[in-house]
Amino acid sequence: MLEEFLFQLEMSAPQIVLGLVNGAFYALLSLGLAVIFGMLNVINFAHGAQFMMGAFVAWMLLNWAGIPYWGALILSPLIVGAFGVVLERLMISRLYKLDHLYGLLLTFGLALIIEGLFRNGFGSSGLPYAPPAALSGAPVDLGFMMLPKYRLWVVAAAFVVCIATWLVIEKTRLGAYLRAATENAPLVQAFGVNVPRLVTLTYAAGVALAALAGVLAAPIYSVNPGMGSNFIITVFAVVVIGGMGSILGSVITGFGLGLVEGLTRVVYPEASATVIFVIMAIVLLARPAGLFGRA
Amino acid sequence: MTIDRRTLLGGAAALPALGMLPFNAARAQPNNTLKIGVLTDMSGTYRDGAGPGSVACVRQAVQDSGVTGRGINVEVLQGDHQNKPDVASTIARQWIDRDGVNVIIDVATSSCALAVNSVVKEKNSIMLNSTGATADLTGSACNPNTIHWTYDTWMLANSTGGAMVKAGGDSWYFITADYAFGHALERDTGEVIRKNGGRVVGNIRHPFPGTTDFSSFLLQAQQSRAKVVGLANAGVDTINCVKQAAEFGLTRRQKLAVLLMIVSDVHSLGLNTAQGLVLSETYYWDLNDRTRNLANKVKGSMGGAMPTMWQAGCYSAALHYLKAAADMGVAQARASGAETVMRMKAMPTDDDAFGAGSIRQDGRKIHPAYLFEVKTPGESKGAWDYYKLVRTTPPEEAWRPLKDGGCSLVNT
Repeated sequence: MLEEFLFQLEMSAPQIVLGLVNGAFYALLSLGLAVIFGMLNVINFAHGAQFMMGAFVAWMLLNWAGIPYWGALILSPLIVGAFGVVLERLMISRLYKLDHLYGLLLTFGLALIIEGLFRNGFGSSGLPYAPPAALSGAPVDLGFMMLPKYRLWVVAAAFVVCIATWLVIEKTRLGAYLRAATENAPLVQAFGVNVPRLVTLTYAAGVALAALAGVLAAPIYSVNPGMGSNFIITVFAVVVIGGMGSILGSVITGFGLGLVEGLTRVVYPEASATVIFVIMAIVLLARPAGLFGRA
Repeated sequence: MTIDRRTLLGGAAALPALGMLPFNAARAQPNNTLKIGVLTDMSGTYRDGAGPGSVACVRQAVQDSGVTGRGINVEVLQGDHQNKPDVASTIARQWIDRDGVNVIIDVATSSCALAVNSVVKEKNSIMLNSTGATADLTGSACNPNTIHWTYDTWMLANSTGGAMVKAGGDSWYFITADYAFGHALERDTGEVIRKNGGRVVGNIRHPFPGTTDFSSFLLQAQQSRAKVVGLANAGVDTINCVKQAAEFGLTRRQKLAVLLMIVSDVHSLGLNTAQGLVLSETYYWDLNDRTRNLANKVKGSMGGAMPTMWQAGCYSAALHYLKAAADMGVAQARASGAETVMRMKAMPTDDDAFGAGSIRQDGRKIHPAYLFEVKTPGESKGAWDYYKLVRTTPPEEAWRPLKDGGCSLVNT
């Protein structure tokens, strides 16, 4: 009995680690979604496309401008974030007074257009993007498994970014303005805070988080126009389970569901794409506001 | 805009009127017109290997066939089935019933291929399948209206799988796409392994489409300690598997068998990652003067990309169809799909893609298959120079023997 348990543990331990890596991507993406929804009340369906753009901009920087991975890690979120500013000013800002559904439909349409443009320009099977030299080479021996250095880096980077974002929103003056503006925008504006600009920058920051996740994903997943749409549906489930707009909730749920998915891949791999949605259905029935949401 | 009952009803009333338009147009088409529908993946994982390139190759075939000079009009339609069998059969039905399409070419994705296979039989139309892989099209699911053109899972299993077993890879672990194609490829390769004295130690089936991260599956393959890890998937899935297998150092102790990989996948992976992989195709642009000739003709309309075997197969299929239809007369070709297919089977094939060949009773197109090894970056002279020829399998050995397929068209 004990032997069997230990064997199961030995089989599962590496899967738990890999689940954490995937969870890191879920956390980063759902964090951006939660920031945008929490502050702007917009369901940003273009998030997957913006994730994909992050990866593509990294590829362009490398192949067209010779800027390596580390530069792309900073530049790509800035470039895609700037694109987010344009999007918010030109289109999304016109929908704040309307129902959530309009924002969702607009961003969904934008996502389809962006993906279509990239598919026409770059094809569907993807582009090669090598990991940086410092993080490639022999995998690290963790005792129970060999983990590529790059995956360790992804978990660490995602974790730091998540904590930093949470700190900014919950513990800084800027974050306080933001939260206040969500509660009562006219009042905050009366105190001399430029609320529309604050909102634009918040959207850009959420988009930049997606692009950052895209750059992190480029060396391990095929850089192709469909890479975002594969993720985005799962990430929405993560956000719903965590509680719409809850920053901490989306981070914890992101990592947690990565784990659950990883374990499903050992027990019953065919269901690994479905398990998250089963959990979503259960959570919606039991706690409609999500695990960390306020009803 | 708010939608009230009146607008809804008005819209519903207008729909049949819209539907009438193409229907009338179809009726008005002159009798010397042949319509070719290219039904393929225009937006998903198989787009680069088939997609717009398949359409370009069919158009090239129309031009090369010379039928327009003989007073025959040919129209080429295109459709995106999004890798969904229900969408594929809906488009196929609409094309045949409403638009008067005479032949459906390509039909990527085995599940879609099997769906359209039933539709063309029911409607006495024609499917010339190039990109779908499942060998069931000429086996248990064979019918008098379908020809399976370019390759199939049996050929891949015996060419790539057989070569790996003979090179000492006698224990296998499969990573399989969980749909008709993956299952067929795993089944056929498993048979080859067992026939050659090897064994299959395990397998996992991953959801299709929508799997991006294969690391947990690769890790399970690593833990199985099998000598060979067989990838029974295709397109972006295989690309992601190969990329991540390199990352996890899987190839240090085990061999990777890419059971279906085509030249556009290698292009996307880059030679640094793809070098040394062994794979099977029936067309490679740089094989001989004829294959180079075809590539040079079409690459301009494909954004500079070289045609894949799937796309070359569409060229070859369309060319042979037009030859047969012109031979038997347009009116007769339009009247019966099964009769046209019979005529196609009676005529020898010959084109730049596959050279001289034939079509078997069960609908299997016969030509040689090739085993290639992917070049190292040092060996490659530039973009698209990717393969070294390892072995040519003659046509009589490349395909499943007629009697083994269980096709009802075969007289025993």
